[in-house]
Amino acid sequence: MGGDGVNALFLAAEQIEGVEVTRTGLFPDLMWLVPLLPALSFIAILFFGKKFPDKGHSVGILAIGVAFLLSLAGFIDLVTGAQTVEKHWVWYELETLELTFGMNYDFLTGLMFVVVTFISLLVQIYSTGYMHDDERYSWFYAALSLFTASMLLLVTSDNLILMLVGWEGVGVCSYFLIGHYWEEKPNSSAAIKAFITTRIGDVGFMFGIFALFILAGTFNITEINHLAEEGAIAGPSLTIAALLLFCGAIGKSAQFPLHVWLPDAMAGPTPVSALIHAATMVVAGIYLVARLFPVFEFASGGVPLEVVGVIAAITMLIAAFLALIQDDIKRVLAYSTISQLAYMFAGLAVGVFTAGIFHLLTHAVFKALLFLGAGSVIHAVHSNNMSDMGGLRKYMPATFKTYIIGSLALAGIFPLAGFFSKDEIIGGALRAGIDGTRATAWIVFASALITAFITALYTARMCIKTFWGEYRGHGEPHESPGSMTSPLWVLGGLTLVVGFLGFPVIGVFKYWLFAEGEVAHEFELLYNVVLPVITVGGALIAFFLAYKWFYRNEWRFDFRKTSFGWMYGFAERKYYLDDLYLGGVVKPIQYPLAAATYWANQHVIDGIVNGTARGTIGAASGTYRADQGVVDFGVNGAAGLTNFSGGLLRYIQSGNVQRYAAVLFASIAIFVAVFAFA
Amino acid sequence: MPVAYFLVLSALLFSIGVYGVLARQHAVLVLLSVELMLNAANINLVAFSAMLGEAGVPGQVFALFVIAVAAAEVGVGLAIVILIYRNRRSVDIDEMSLMKW
Repeated sequence: MGGDGVNALFLAAEQIEGVEVTRTGLFPDLMWLVPLLPALSFIAILFFGKKFPDKGHSVGILAIGVAFLLSLAGFIDLVTGAQTVEKHWVWYELETLELTFGMNYDFLTGLMFVVVTFISLLVQIYSTGYMHDDERYSWFYAALSLFTASMLLLVTSDNLILMLVGWEGVGVCSYFLIGHYWEEKPNSSAAIKAFITTRIGDVGFMFGIFALFILAGTFNITEINHLAEEGAIAGPSLTIAALLLFCGAIGKSAQFPLHVWLPDAMAGPTPVSALIHAATMVVAGIYLVARLFPVFEFASGGVPLEVVGVIAAITMLIAAFLALIQDDIKRVLAYSTISQLAYMFAGLAVGVFTAGIFHLLTHAVFKALLFLGAGSVIHAVHSNNMSDMGGLRKYMPATFKTYIIGSLALAGIFPLAGFFSKDEIIGGALRAGIDGTRATAWIVFASALITAFITALYTARMCIKTFWGEYRGHGEPHESPGSMTSPLWVLGGLTLVVGFLGFPVIGVFKYWLFAEGEVAHEFELLYNVVLPVITVGGALIAFFLAYKWFYRNEWRFDFRKTSFGWMYGFAERKYYLDDLYLGGVVKPIQYPLAAATYWANQHVIDGIVNGTARGTIGAASGTYRADQGVVDFGVNGAAGLTNFSGGLLRYIQSGNVQRYAAVLFASIAIFVAVFAFA
Repeated sequence: MPVAYFLVLSALLFSIGVYGVLARQHAVLVLLSVELMLNAANINLVAFSAMLGEAGVPGQVFALFVIAVAAAEVGVGLAIVILIYRNRRSVDIDEMSLMKW
C-alpha cells in the first residue's frame, strides 16, 4: 500500500470519503476535559478518599463516566463530519526551541479515548466488587484514575515530550498496581521487573525523540510526520530514529525480547491486568508506531517496518506456544496478550494500518472481557491455577457464558470481534507478500497463520480446564456479585457486535480512519472467502484436538518423554530468556562485581594497607622520640595559649541578645564609616 | 518633594528601631522595634522607586516582599515569645541568657 492512505490519517476530515466536513464540532473542542477529569478524581481520591462513605470509588466512577460520555460524543461528532482539532499552548521558550503542550484530536485519538475511558469505566465498576475488602481500596482507585489520566494524555498529546510524560505516567501507575499486594516479595519483585524492563526500552524511546528533534527541529508530531512524508528528513539517521522509537514500543507493548515482564505483571489485582496489561497501556507501543507511521514508512523505504514485522512474527509465535503450557489462568491470558499485540504490530508492518488499529479495538474489548471473567473465576475459587478449577460452568453460569464468548472471539471464530480484525491482518500479510511490498511479509503471514491455530488450541485448553470436568479446588464456588457480572455482560454483548464495524468491503471502520479506498478492496474470493475458511477451519480443528487431548484425555502421553521433550523443557523455561537476563545481565553485574570488589579489597588494598602499616610503624618509632621531645612542647604550648585566650573571650558570650545586637550595629557603623571615608 | 525628606524620616525611624532593639527589656517591644527598622527600609525603597519613575517599579515590588517577609518573621518571633512565656512566666530579654557557654 502507498503512503497516501496513511497520510490521510493526519489530515483534516474533509478527506474522508462520503463525509462532508460542514462544521466545527462542539465536542471535539471540549476534549481537553477528558484527561482532566480522571486527573482531578485522582487528586480528590488521594487526599479525601478515605473520608467518603464509599472510600472514594463513586468519585472515580463518576469522573470516568463523564469522560466516557464526552469521548463518545466527541467521536460521534467526528465521524459525522466535525473537524479534527489541533491546538497548543506555549509551555516555555528557549532561544531556538519552543516547547508547547497541546492536544491533537483526530480519529486515532478519538478511538483511543473511547476505548480507554470505556474499559476504565467497566473496570472501576467491576472493582467495587472484586476489591471490596481491600485495605488500600482508596489508593487503588486513586491509582486507577491517575493511570487513566496518563493514558489519555499519552494518546492526545501533540508533541513527543508531552507524550513521554504520559508514557512514563502509565509506566509508574503500572508499577504501583502490579505491586499492589507488595507485602509478598514476588509481587514487589514483579513490579520492579516490569518497571526496569520497560525502562530499558524507554531509553531507546528517549534517544529516538532526541534524534527526531535533531533531524526535524521540532517535537510536534504532526510537523515531524509532515517532514517525513515530504522527504525533508530522510536517510539512515531517520531509520535509526525510527528503530529507537520502536525500542520503546517493544518495552511497553511487551514484544520479544522484552516481553518477559508482562506475565509477571499478573501479580497485580485482576482488574488491573484487564485494564493496564491487556486493554490499554500495553497498546501504547502500537499507538506510538501508528501515530508516527510516516516516520516508519518513509525511512529508507520502510526498513523499520520490516524490523517491526520480524519482531512481531517471532513474538506472536513464541508467546502463543508459552500460553499453551501455563497452569496459571492469568498467565495464559498474559501470553495471549503478548501474542495478540504482535498481531497488531504485524498489521502495521505489512501496511494494513486500519486492520492493526481495528484489532487494537476488538482485542481491548474481548481481552478485557476474558481478564474480568478470569478475575471472577479467581474470586470464586481463590486460586489462579487451572488445576484448582474445573467444572465451573455449573457454579458460575454468567461468567461461563461471557467467558466462552470472549474465548471464541480470541480464537477468531466468525462472527465474533476477533475474527474480522485478525483475518484482515492475515489477509493483509498475504497481499503484501503477493504484491511484494514488504520483504518480510511471507514470514509474517506464515507466523500469523500458525499462531491463529495455536491460539485456538490454548484457548480451548484454558476453557476446558476451567469450566468442564470435575471441580478440583476447595470449598463451594459461587457466582460473583452483580457489580462484577454486569461489566462481563456489557463486554460480552460488545464482543458479539463490534466486529461488524470492520465487516469486509462494507465495514465503516476504515472510512473513519482512512480516506483512500486502498484498504476497502472489492470483494475477492481469495481474501473474503478462502482465507477466512482456512483460519476458521484451522481453529475448529484446533478445538477438536483440544477436545480429544484435554477433555477426553485420549492421548495420555507425556510430551516431555517424547523426542520433542527438549522443546517442552525449552518452553517451560520460557526459552531461557529470563535465565539469560538474570544470568547474562543481572548476575554478571551483581556477583562478579561484588566478588571482584572483594578480591581487590582482600589482596590489593589490604596489601597496600599492610605494607604501608609496616613502613609506618618503622617510621613512627623514629618519629616518636622526636615527637615526645620537640613537638609535644610546641603542641602543648599552643594548646595552653588557646585555652587561655579562649577563657578570656568566653566572657564576651554573655547570652545577652541585646549586647550581641549592639556589637552588630557598632560593627556595621564602623564598616560604613570605613567605606564612606576611605 | 525632594527625596531627602523621606531619607531623613527613614533614618530617624531606623534609629528609633535600633534604640528599641538595644535598650528595651520586653521581648514584644524588641520585635516591634525590628518592625520599625524594616519599615524604615521600606520607606527608602518606595522613595527611591518614586524618584526613578518607571524604572523604579521593582522597588515597590521589593517593598511588598519585605512586608511579606516581615509578617512571616513576626509570626515566628511571637510564637517563640509565647513559648518562652509559658516556660518561664517572663519575657524579659535580660533573663533569656540561657544559651551561653
